[in-house]
Amino acid sequence: MTSVADLMDYDEVVARFDPMLGLEVHVELHTKTKMFCGCANEFGGEPNTHVCPVCLAAPGALPVVNGVAVESAIRIGLALNCEIAEWCRFARKNYFYPDMPKNFQTSQYDEPIAFNGYLDVTLDDGEIFRVEIERAHMEEDTGKSLHVGGATGRIHGADHSLLDYNRAGVPLIEIVTKMIPGTAERAPEVARAYVSALRDLLKALDVSDVRMDQGSLRCDANVSLSPKDSGVLGTRTETKNVNSLRSVERAVRFEMTRQAAILAEGGEIVQETRHFEEASGTTRAGRRKETAEDYRYFPEPDLVPIAPSREWVEELRLTLPEMPAERRKRIKAEWSLTDAELRDLVNADAIDLVAATVEAGATSVEARSWWVSYLMQQANTRGVELGALPITPAQVAKVVALVNEGALTNKLAREVVIGVLDGEGEPEQVVEARGLKVVSDDGALEKAVDEALAAQPDVADKIRDGKVAAAGAIVGAVMKATKGQADAKRVRELVIARCS
Amino acid sequence: MSLIRSTAAELAAKIHGGEVSAVEVAQAHLDRISSVDKGVNAFLHVDTDGALAAAKKVDDDVAAGRPVASPLAGVPLALKDVLVAEGMPTTCGSKILEGWHSPYDSTVTRRLREAGVVILGKTNMDEFAMGSSTENSAYGPTHNPWDLDRIPGGSGGGSSAALAAFEAPLAIGTDTGGSIRQPGSVTGTVGVKPTYGSVSRYGLVAFSSSLDQAGPCARTVLDAALLHEVIAGYDNMDSTSIDAPVPPVVAAAREGASGDLSGVRVGVVSQFSGEGYQPGVLASFEAAVEQLRQLGAEVVQVSCPSFDYAMPAYYLIAPSEASSNLARFDAMRYGLRVGDDGTHGAEEVMALTRDAGFGAEVKRRIMIGTYALSSGYYDAYYGSAQKVRTLIARDFDAAFATVDVLVSPTTPTTAFKIGERVDDPMAMYKADLCTIPSNLAGNAAMSVPSGLSADDGLPVGLQIMAPALQDHRMYRVAAAYEVARDAAQGGPLIQRVPQLEGI
Ligand SMILES: [Zn+2]
Repeated sequence: MTSVADLMDYDEVVARFDPMLGLEVHVELHTKTKMFCGCANEFGGEPNTHVCPVCLAAPGALPVVNGVAVESAIRIGLALNCEIAEWCRFARKNYFYPDMPKNFQTSQYDEPIAFNGYLDVTLDDGEIFRVEIERAHMEEDTGKSLHVGGATGRIHGADHSLLDYNRAGVPLIEIVTKMIPGTAERAPEVARAYVSALRDLLKALDVSDVRMDQGSLRCDANVSLSPKDSGVLGTRTETKNVNSLRSVERAVRFEMTRQAAILAEGGEIVQETRHFEEASGTTRAGRRKETAEDYRYFPEPDLVPIAPSREWVEELRLTLPEMPAERRKRIKAEWSLTDAELRDLVNADAIDLVAATVEAGATSVEARSWWVSYLMQQANTRGVELGALPITPAQVAKVVALVNEGALTNKLAREVVIGVLDGEGEPEQVVEARGLKVVSDDGALEKAVDEALAAQPDVADKIRDGKVAAAGAIVGAVMKATKGQADAKRVRELVIARCS
Repeated sequence: MSLIRSTAAELAAKIHGGEVSAVEVAQAHLDRISSVDKGVNAFLHVDTDGALAAAKKVDDDVAAGRPVASPLAGVPLALKDVLVAEGMPTTCGSKILEGWHSPYDSTVTRRLREAGVVILGKTNMDEFAMGSSTENSAYGPTHNPWDLDRIPGGSGGGSSAALAAFEAPLAIGTDTGGSIRQPGSVTGTVGVKPTYGSVSRYGLVAFSSSLDQAGPCARTVLDAALLHEVIAGYDNMDSTSIDAPVPPVVAAAREGASGDLSGVRVGVVSQFSGEGYQPGVLASFEAAVEQLRQLGAEVVQVSCPSFDYAMPAYYLIAPSEASSNLARFDAMRYGLRVGDDGTHGAEEVMALTRDAGFGAEVKRRIMIGTYALSSGYYDAYYGSAQKVRTLIARDFDAAFATVDVLVSPTTPTTAFKIGERVDDPMAMYKADLCTIPSNLAGNAAMSVPSGLSADDGLPVGLQIMAPALQDHRMYRVAAAYEVARDAAQGGPLIQRVPQLEGI
């Protein structure tokens, strides 16, 4: 555990040091089958039910490459503006670990399928930061170990371990950035924004579930510091187990403050793997190895090289969807948004919802106002993501239409939305069931207006004297009397007509 | 002729013609195994029930007038214990897999079963196919039927000895550096390493993935060809499998048997002679070349200078791949488990198991391979070996541009005495000097008996090599040579194996 005294104040860190970032992201592809066998690629499931001789490494079993995974890898590479290898191979990464059946991971080494790309990342203030991509390569996931007994749930001190090989052989793409210089005080933000942008891009490509909480997107953050403007490269640490966007930011920030404190005292950073502790927001050293791991990579002799034809690569390029960054740029222009308005939409993860609501007939202003204000509040109250609210963009558009027709006031509309969220059916059914129709019968309204004027004769006199502003009190009384089901604008017109 | 001394082709004809039942044939071989295998130790496992059941199925087809499953339906076969088969143990000659039963069939096993071939059992081998004498088996050495004090070759000594001891008319071997051909040579039997990629490796427990190739073993060239056509062919479970028609090896064997080799150009590899070659082996080889010439072949000398580096390259590539392939034997999911007594962690159990389960030669090769792949050594060892491999392939290409097949002795000596080379790995490795180049290049090669050595009366093999996917060329030459050899030497060589009854 690192105590607070071992950390340097963040402002001081960035005043004295330049951070250097490097990010490695592992993405589990959501192909139907695993990377090298026909087993189902599904999250969860009874332990050891999605296994076969190949992914259990039975003697004699051989791998066969999943063509869809290769296609996904190429599409990811193209979306990251990478070059696609004309010829590449798999390689074996040799090390012993119980949850890795073959005791080598079939991966790619010096011949990745995609390399030399970049991803433009939008920071909180709208600035675009370009992160250069070193490579994206294909590999397979390991199984999972469950260490039983002992206090920590770690392998040391456990009574015994259980192994689940359902995940063994699930296709992974590892995306590695080049070293990212020049982030200064924004290093934690850049790290988070990069992973966020990458997640959006992978989602748009529909190649992965990109669920950080389920491990289908995992980030390792490499951080080093060098004395301000020295240009000297510092020793880096690699922090693993960073399972949310917020954790990415916190982990980088923590490592910066921890390393700075050590360097300031003349200490040396140990090149090591560290683990992020979600609860405390700190990192702790992993098990130290006596010697550097030597993975003895060599080309996988059980698989043939992959040589994607240029025609195929170009065909795949045509299948790329609009990239999230470009889409935002387009939407910003189409909906005439300010930077702040766009940021609100992005932060609320509401772009798709608003776009779908516009598609269903609302204007972008109407759709935005519903999703980022009232519905966002509802999501917060109900403790769910905006997209998980039980209301569809079409239903929101319907409510908007009812307001525009004059059938609902804004207040009534909110009640209709609550009804939909509470599972009372379509907007029209809620209106019907809750009796939320606007009172538009002038006769009924006139009666209510007369009653209100009679009840407040002094106000009535003021209005008659031309003090139109006083009409508000009468309108309010009428609205109260009609339980809000009247159109306030119409009521106001009637009040003024009656007093003139 | 007795059932056990018949060829596979003869047995098939008798079974399919209803002259003899497949069950009788299987029983005759099972009886033979019972009577002689105590002395030979060719079999690690005999599947009496499975064999008789498979034979019965063929008899049912014949009795019902249904077409038989293949030209070899009903013929017994011995399967090298490196190919997995459901219902039988697979040990690879190692303690680490003792008692393990595969949950699936290898593609070769499946093809054999579908062809109605009767699998008698699993044959002995050097542990994980590492060796040239079958002395590295954890289950004791196999003895050469020609002289029980001598080795039957390796790693597939069990398969070839089973043929020479008339325990089976057919066998499957695997050849990584000569493990089919060298045992064939020293037991006076035919052994074929088909083109790499033409027989599926799915279910062949890997020693060295880029070199391993299963192939047919038999007592005649035609029998080997018939078996070749049963086991070869594209398999989508093996990514290195070649999607091309199986070369017409049976037709080539039949054509060759007519005895005419005119128009065939034969290259004698000049690198494979001289020092280290037994005089009787060289004499037999020269006589065989002369016989080819008399059959009409044009014989020329061919130099393949890179072949001199084949053995050192092989002993870097094969152990490198083996060090990785054998990593899966870690006690976690199957096989031997040592030290799981609550006092050792998983890593210690792995280490204790591997220490107890692997024999000395396997450990030696795992260490060589681990070293050769280590960072800082990779380029000098594994990297250089791969370059040599390319050069060897170029030598073959150049040679096959001028000749149809290449020939050499299969192995420099006849069968050596059991125990003679166990403490001298280099001497042991030299047994594969002439066979290794074809594994490195991936082309087809086979060994066919060329007679008995004048100096010790033991069998000598003639190696015939052909370009990739031109396996039929060597079958044609081998079949023609076989006829001429029997005519010149007074009948089939194999019938001169000493009596083994009563040992
Ligand atoms: Zn599987």
